[in-house]
Amino acid sequence: MTYLGDVAALARTSLLLELRSRDTVPALLLFVVSALVVFRFALPADASDLAAIGLLWIAVVFTAILALTRAFVAEREGRVLDGLVLAPCDRSAIWLGKALGVLAFLLVAEAIALPAFGLFFAPVDGATVAAFLLADLGIAAVGTLLAAIAAVSRARELLLPLLFLPLVIPVVVGGVGASVEPDPGRYLAFLGLYDGIFAILAWATFEYVVTE
Amino acid sequence: MIRARGLERRFGETRALAGLDLDVPRGGFLSVAGPNGSGKSTLLALLAGLLAPTRGSLEVDADRAEIGYLAHEGLVYRELTAVENLELYGRLYRVPERRERIGMLLERHGLWEVRHRRVSAFSRGMAQRLALCRTLLHDPRLLLLDEPYSALDDDGARLLDAHLAELAGERTLVVATHDPARIRSLASSELVLA
Repeated sequence: MTYLGDVAALARTSLLLELRSRDTVPALLLFVVSALVVFRFALPADASDLAAIGLLWIAVVFTAILALTRAFVAEREGRVLDGLVLAPCDRSAIWLGKALGVLAFLLVAEAIALPAFGLFFAPVDGATVAAFLLADLGIAAVGTLLAAIAAVSRARELLLPLLFLPLVIPVVVGGVGASVEPDPGRYLAFLGLYDGIFAILAWATFEYVVTE
Repeated sequence: MIRARGLERRFGETRALAGLDLDVPRGGFLSVAGPNGSGKSTLLALLAGLLAPTRGSLEVDADRAEIGYLAHEGLVYRELTAVENLELYGRLYRVPERRERIGMLLERHGLWEVRHRRVSAFSRGMAQRLALCRTLLHDPRLLLLDEPYSALDDDGARLLDAHLAELAGERTLVVATHDPARIRSLASSELVLA
């Protein structure tokens, strides 16, 4: 209970900071809608909806990079991350609290992106929504770990996409597969497996990322 | 409580601390002086466990819950209020009766009236007072204070003098300062880094 209480306190802090600064969410919403507008005009008129679905996944992945780039900004200022690392709580709670905050941002962005996609292209089906929910878990898990690695480096804006994009390829494969295949079950299972493996890896390794 | 032998820390090619031997007994008060870049902050970060030695050995007989570390920066969220920051740290440090403890510290350090104000609206001196409250919140056995008088006005500095006088002998203190004369009467030993 203490561990979950720490996670809840840290996640609440993340959300509270965002509510106060209103930096990340408006930027994410603007970015994802702008990307869909650009794709609407970039695709030929006779392009299939399948191609558009692929672009939707790309828009969401790049939106996630924006969210992750901002994830540890508040902790970098005033070296708050050092303060949290020194506290006697389990350090993985810092990762989990922050990952829940990132997950909330992604869900808000998709709550806008998916209806906007339906407006510009075609409505998404239940399998696509399920794929996005599973993808969000994996993106938040692995992305928060990588954001912490990038946060303690000097070239953080460059480093995060370089680390994140190769690791998120399986998410795109699984997500697009679940969105376009008639039987999405195995792709959804693949996303679930990815989430499980990377959540455990990130949970177990976060301590070594934030300490020497 | 603290024992270092041949302690060295490098940042790339730069040697921040070289071949330091150090013994601080339980209840000791070590004053650390030296010019800018002499390694005072590096030494405190090593003692806190934020940095690992490049060479040599370091033993600190205190776990994370027993260490209070005051850095140059406050280690507090700028967009949280003073109370919200201390509530978060109080929870993470498992401080018993933390509301009362937070109230007592804020009152003592002259921040009670501004407890619901965000840190971003604080002056440097107020932020330093809050950083001191955060450092003392869990009543640590080992206090590592890096330039604790920095940005404090006369009242704040006198308050800190009184606080250090209370803690001296009861807690182990390592205080890095540009003004060792201020704490000389309290310190049991002095280290001057070159």
